[in-house]
Amino acid sequence: MNSSPHFETVVRDHGDAVLRVCRAVLGPHVDADDAWSETFLAALARYDELGEIVDIRAWLVTIAHRKALDVIRRRGREAITVEDFPDGVSALGNPGDAPHEVWTHLATLTLRQRECLALRYVADLGYREIAERVGGTEEAARRAAADGRAALRRALTQHSTDPAQPGTDQAQPGTDQEGPHR
Amino acid sequence: MSTDSTDSTAGSPEHLAALGGTAQHLDALTAALAERAHAEHLLDVSFTTVDSPIGGLLLAATERGVVRVAFEREGFDAILETLGTKIGPRTLRNPRALDTVARQLDEYFAGTRTEFDLELDLALSTPFRATVQRELTRIPFGQTRSYGEIAVAVGNPKAVRAVGTSCATNPLPLVIPCHRVLRTGGALGGYLGGLDTKRALLDLESSRDYAEKETLW
Repeated sequence: MNSSPHFETVVRDHGDAVLRVCRAVLGPHVDADDAWSETFLAALARYDELGEIVDIRAWLVTIAHRKALDVIRRRGREAITVEDFPDGVSALGNPGDAPHEVWTHLATLTLRQRECLALRYVADLGYREIAERVGGTEEAARRAAADGRAALRRALTQHSTDPAQPGTDQAQPGTDQEGPHR
Repeated sequence: MSTDSTDSTAGSPEHLAALGGTAQHLDALTAALAERAHAEHLLDVSFTTVDSPIGGLLLAATERGVVRVAFEREGFDAILETLGTKIGPRTLRNPRALDTVARQLDEYFAGTRTEFDLELDLALSTPFRATVQRELTRIPFGQTRSYGEIAVAVGNPKAVRAVGTSCATNPLPLVIPCHRVLRTGGALGGYLGGLDTKRALLDLESSRDYAEKETLW
């Protein structure tokens, strides 16, 4: 009658990927948790349509991306504000195992870069599919992901090898003369 | 990851993987989701698992009532798959929706409850089997009937074999006391939870406390 997997397994198998997309767009605070819940509630409401959907993860991530953008529209700003956390983290507990610098560096990316990185590396979508979701051309999506990836790499590399260098504004105190921060 | 961020994986999927939640965080999100989905009538089936003196039990309910009680030996994943196919795939672990069932089962095993007061959803049964299964709920605690007696009670004395099938396919063991049905002559017959379980339940119901209550009356 219905061959869709029961929803408990859907949440179990894809809950983490959906959270990563929400957090990549929104940062690790309660907004991301709200977008996560809205994603699965919307998925439940439309689960009857799933018969034709082959890739459940891509379907969920597409919803998650849209729900995260809804939150951004509601709160009226695009940036992840570093000042928001750690105080702004979810009321349900710690934001996870992510080191703090991942969040601070992610916050230096544009919204478009964060969207493209999340859809490329969490959802494993191709750039044509990403472009359909974020708008613009396939080439622009590819460029945004590459720029975002390069910016993250640059920030993390500088942070790790030369934290005193100007421009690494998120360098942590106490690491200035001692080589790589451990 | 923080100590190795100079390597070439920076900005790659490994870093985005770090954005995920802890198991505890995801569990909390999932629990809150289940309650909200239930409140918004988005679930086909709520379920939970509980411990009992006869082993783990899976309890499942629709909005109409309790729809499935399953023994661990039946395989909970298989049961959930079947519920997804036969009832609907919108299934979430949602213990609060099963609180009443779990409490009444606890009381039954503790010896303080002799009948269940629950809404039943027999959607998994054919109409004839549902008729038989409702009849089984009339067998009083501590008593037994034969398959033949149940066939007579549902007005179809020749349907002894079909009564046996109805017991074997009881979606709500314990709540619908198919363990109180024996072969003519008192042999145990079969039981989905295993004959040891059937014997344990009959022993529980004939235990001393209840025997004393019976004599008082």
